[in-house]
Amino acid sequence: MLQYILKRFLISMVTLWIIVTITFILMVSIPGSPFNDERASNETVQANLEAHYNLDDPYHVQYLLYLKSVATLDFGPSIKQPNQTVNDLLGRGFPISFELGIVTIIVAVISGIVLGIISALRHNGIVDYLAMGLAVLGISIPNFILATLLIQELAVNAKIFPVATWSSPMHMVLPVLALATGPMAIIARLTRSTMIEVLTQDYIKMARAKGLSPWKITIKHALRNALMPIVTIMGTLLAGILTGTFVIEQIFAIPGMGKYFVESINQRDYPVIMGTTVFYSAFLIFMLFLVDIVYGILDPRIKLHKKGGE
Amino acid sequence: MWTIERILEVENLHVTFSTYGGTVRAVRGVDFYLNKGETLAIVGESGCGKSVTSNAIMRLIPNPPGKITDGRITFKGKDLTSYTEKEMRKVRGVDISMIFQDPMTALNPTLTIGTQLMEGLVEHQKVSSKEAKKKAIEMMELVGIPSPEERLKQYPHQFSGGMRQRIVIAIALICKPELLIADEPTTALDVTIQAQILELFEKIQEATDVSIILITHDLGVVAKIADRIAVMYAGKIIETGTKRDIFYKPQHPYTKGLLNSVPRLDEKGKLQPIDGTPPDLFSPPVGCPFTARCPLAMEVCDKVYPNQTELSDVHQVNCWLQDERAKKLLASTVSK
Repeated sequence: MLQYILKRFLISMVTLWIIVTITFILMVSIPGSPFNDERASNETVQANLEAHYNLDDPYHVQYLLYLKSVATLDFGPSIKQPNQTVNDLLGRGFPISFELGIVTIIVAVISGIVLGIISALRHNGIVDYLAMGLAVLGISIPNFILATLLIQELAVNAKIFPVATWSSPMHMVLPVLALATGPMAIIARLTRSTMIEVLTQDYIKMARAKGLSPWKITIKHALRNALMPIVTIMGTLLAGILTGTFVIEQIFAIPGMGKYFVESINQRDYPVIMGTTVFYSAFLIFMLFLVDIVYGILDPRIKLHKKGGE
Repeated sequence: MWTIERILEVENLHVTFSTYGGTVRAVRGVDFYLNKGETLAIVGESGCGKSVTSNAIMRLIPNPPGKITDGRITFKGKDLTSYTEKEMRKVRGVDISMIFQDPMTALNPTLTIGTQLMEGLVEHQKVSSKEAKKKAIEMMELVGIPSPEERLKQYPHQFSGGMRQRIVIAIALICKPELLIADEPTTALDVTIQAQILELFEKIQEATDVSIILITHDLGVVAKIADRIAVMYAGKIIETGTKRDIFYKPQHPYTKGLLNSVPRLDEKGKLQPIDGTPPDLFSPPVGCPFTARCPLAMEVCDKVYPNQTELSDVHQVNCWLQDERAKKLLASTVSK
């Protein structure tokens, strides 16, 4: 197991390095610099500023400097907000984004699985058609449309929830709803189809022949096997939720990481771009690693630390 | 003096399945009984309703589309068809157990053997986990699995096919049921393992006095362990008798055909298959369903289903050839 984790860690490092390199290439290839906005200062000042942030060095020197900042996890101060380091920004934004993301995942997974199971057990009944109709709707509507719709109806018109910002559980409801609907619908549809398949397996019939209750058969025997495909797509869904937070945080004015990420790109705030990118990537890689671990726990036939399995 | 206890009696059982294409009448009035400690084999070709019959006894017919439309299943004096699903759960695994055809798919791949073995015991008998484990180990020893204590912690994929079938048998027997229904228990196994599993059945019957219904299409298996045989064709039992009756004095042309299509060591020459295919059970024939394939078919066979002829207490057959008039007819055609 330890060997497996070590191997995964090394592969992750290579992945991160590729991401850092691509990000650097993209950064230097977009025109503009942090200092040429409307309040364009004179050329000497600009040159001085660029020299201060090492932006006048040749690209390979800049690249190595960036690599060093990633390796030491010290991205330095933000160019646009010089009194704050990138790590300060991440430390402030990440907990909020994390909260939004985790609540979304929990809501999406639990409601998706429950909806899927109900549909599978009542399959081809009215409940099934209703739930799956809802799921198709959930997949089809982009989260930013749903978000504005929710704000208009439930916040502006009905005044049930606050319109924006992030301070109480009530503030969470709308952004989480907007962000969770899509993944929930995908999970519900997948759970339904795999559950229907699993329920026809011999071992389910065997469990019935043992005289177990339908509840035990569903949860203990069927669900665990039906969860495998859901775990498989969890990686993709996580990435989707992660990028979804950028948009949702903008719409609901949530002071999370997404805000800094988008702003930093607009303002060519190079250290912040690099810092947020590396952080997001590392986080996603770590989550995918967790998904693989869960995989091994759910299905004993998958042995993580052995090549090829038995 | 022997007292024979009749543990199971199935009378006039009808099972139908409603599909988009119409109603399939899979079992059409099946009668049989089973005595305590006896092994009854139900034989017949694929699709004749033998598995449906066994599932009906366990009330495991998926509804919809399947339904027991008529008949009684009397188990130890009580009619199982009148049981609610909840009452039935207390019968399944406790009084009646079932063994499935394919041991590769009958075990849940994500649960340990121990969990799957003890689960029924814990559910029905409310025993402590320590006691359940002790019983599980006892059961594994009975079915012949070496080092049971370690094996309990393993998963199905760590067992071979034959070992898995032994586990399935252990699971079926752990609550000490009085009736064991084995649905083609050896079909998915290779021949050497088949023999071992059949020997295991004999050993178990000696040790526990369990009654067995064996569903199979393999007459070799039947010859080894059955006491009585019921031959099924197109949803009906067409001949029943002791193993001796069926193998040495078969009366129904279908039974004879079945026996002729089994390879034998003492006879050379070609195997004789039964020509044709079984009738469509969407609209089963009114008369004897074997008429179309029967070499001795008469005009009446197609029109009226033959009554049961009692050749002895245990040997019964449904065939027009048993009728006195048919015997005269046969005699006259032979003499010509």
